[in-house]
Amino acid sequence: MAATLPATPYPEDKKMERTQPQGGPPPARRASPWIDTLFSVLTHGAAIFTLAMLAGIIVSLFIGAAPAIQEYGLSFLWRSEWDPVQNQYGGLVMIYGTLMTSFIALLIGVPVSFGIALFLTELSPGWLKRPLGVAIELLAAVPSIVYGMWGLLVFAPILSTYVQQPLQAVFTGVPVLGALFSGPPVGIGILSAGIILAIMIIPFIASVMRDVFEVTPPMLKESAYGLGSTTWEVVWKVVLPYTKTGVIGGIMLGLGRALGETMAVTFVIGNFNQLDTLSLFEAANSISSALANEFAEAGEGLHQASLIYLGLVLFFITFVVLACSKLLLNQLKKGEGSRS
Amino acid sequence: MNLSLLRSALAAAALVGTSTTILAQEITGAGATFPAPIYAKWADAYNKATGARINYQSVGSGAGIRQIKAKTVDFGASDMPLKDDELAKDGMVQFPTVIGGVVPVVNIKGITPGQIKMTGQVLGDIYLGKITKWNDPALTALNPGVPLPDSAIAPVRRADGSGTTFIFTNYLSKVNPEWQSKVGEGTAVNWPTGAGGKGNEGVSAFVQRLPNSIGYVEYAYAKQNKMSHVQMKNKDGNYVNPDEEAFKASAAGADWAKSFYQILTEQPGKSTWPISGATFILMYKSQEKPANATNALKFFDWAYNSGDKMASDLEYVPLPDAVKSLVRKQWADNIKDASGKAIAYK
Repeated sequence: MAATLPATPYPEDKKMERTQPQGGPPPARRASPWIDTLFSVLTHGAAIFTLAMLAGIIVSLFIGAAPAIQEYGLSFLWRSEWDPVQNQYGGLVMIYGTLMTSFIALLIGVPVSFGIALFLTELSPGWLKRPLGVAIELLAAVPSIVYGMWGLLVFAPILSTYVQQPLQAVFTGVPVLGALFSGPPVGIGILSAGIILAIMIIPFIASVMRDVFEVTPPMLKESAYGLGSTTWEVVWKVVLPYTKTGVIGGIMLGLGRALGETMAVTFVIGNFNQLDTLSLFEAANSISSALANEFAEAGEGLHQASLIYLGLVLFFITFVVLACSKLLLNQLKKGEGSRS
Repeated sequence: MNLSLLRSALAAAALVGTSTTILAQEITGAGATFPAPIYAKWADAYNKATGARINYQSVGSGAGIRQIKAKTVDFGASDMPLKDDELAKDGMVQFPTVIGGVVPVVNIKGITPGQIKMTGQVLGDIYLGKITKWNDPALTALNPGVPLPDSAIAPVRRADGSGTTFIFTNYLSKVNPEWQSKVGEGTAVNWPTGAGGKGNEGVSAFVQRLPNSIGYVEYAYAKQNKMSHVQMKNKDGNYVNPDEEAFKASAAGADWAKSFYQILTEQPGKSTWPISGATFILMYKSQEKPANATNALKFFDWAYNSGDKMASDLEYVPLPDAVKSLVRKQWADNIKDASGKAIAYK
């Protein structure tokens, strides 16, 4: 059998001896027994209230989306036209935009967060740890509209001038890459939305990763160091396997935020409801952005129902993401105990 | 101890109760964002003059129509007038309050406000994605001698549904047949090209940031941000600059006596600005709460009498006096309480 990670990190010598009970239990000091009942009712109520609210939201989304569901059924998911004048709706453009921007955000955000957490727990000098950690947590408190305004006014022009135009100059005419970088040189679109989202989710993922990295027992790390491991080997072969549950939880938290983010995305995605190219620089749309933009002016009928249908789809996507992460965690738990 | 807690809670509840009865004087409206600044200004001045409170929520025309239909507000507001038969079906009336204009703005290096001339046909083709360069023959023919660059046009439009978009697309549908058949008119349409900014401020931010872009914003935004507007060719064939006189001329040409369903785009007249529009208030004909209706009508009557200066200051155009008296006549004829008596507002 392969060597295992210890199942109980708790040191043997600290275990307490069981003491013998002396005499009977003290008399109950209940002033008013109904308080216990009240407390129990309140906590049960809070739990049931949460479930009821969730069920209520799902039911009202279904009722609101009913006209669109009747009209399009599941074909809504792959119809790409969105035309309020002709009253024709389909969700493909927004679903693609939501998934693609979140994917880009994770692609950038996860490695960067990993680097930040690694630096903070393993490499950083002591005096820098606290200020840097606090700075990262503060980033999470910046309102999303600030990221949106910054993205539109500062970041998009920079992206357009120094990234998009040089890339287009180099790759024009190249088969696949040329199409990937095409589009008007305005610096807004899928890529900028993805990058802004990455900046927004990094604090979440990084602080979760840092916290879980810190709970790795020093004994394990020091043993590895003592055997001559490099820092990288310690992190990759000891810390990460020990904390994978928490790391994946942190990534899922970031993904959840990226999927649902509204204001920042609205500012930089371009809100364009056509799927002509798969270019990273083409303006596109996301589910939450379409909802924020069109809901106030949508008349009753199919337009409004289709927007609610989009909301239902987003709900479903989030649910699937959550379910997948739980499944993944279960798989990992099964693997625990054997060498990863 | 518990008893005293209960008592103070009861007292607090009683307090809340009395304060709501005081607030019953307050009337609420909801809807269009375009006139929200002037409604807020009027409400503030009216409050100072009379003590009555007007609470206006700028939630968007569509939401305003939904709210008045649900009777959660005393009046709704919309930039898109409802058709007469639709009004009749719901038992509502509508009347205009102020007039405004939508202005195409450009950001081209070296181009000053009003230097570029455009026709509706050309503007439509730009937004259809058919004219893609600033030195397209269609543009240079209209602007001989103007140094138009050899660069791509970046069209910018509203991402959110809006009355401004309705006025703009209504105009394009009237003057560009291909626009009408392919895209049509509405508060939100299926744009063939362009990036979307949120709100007038979003569009003006885009246009100011992006070189060689074109967008459309309300006149107030173009003027306050000193953006380069274009001259448009109106129905009589004259090129006009957007200003208060040009919007007024558009309102004067409409036949308000027939119906308040008037869209002021492409109006005849020598100096009319072709992309103008009025903004409207919606109220029920039969009022369940006559007191609130009285307060609402008092407010609008006051605004017609003494709000013109404030409207002009905010770059809106007040209604011509003839239209105002038509509106007052409609109030007297159509807005009634449950017993069929006209709502008194004088």
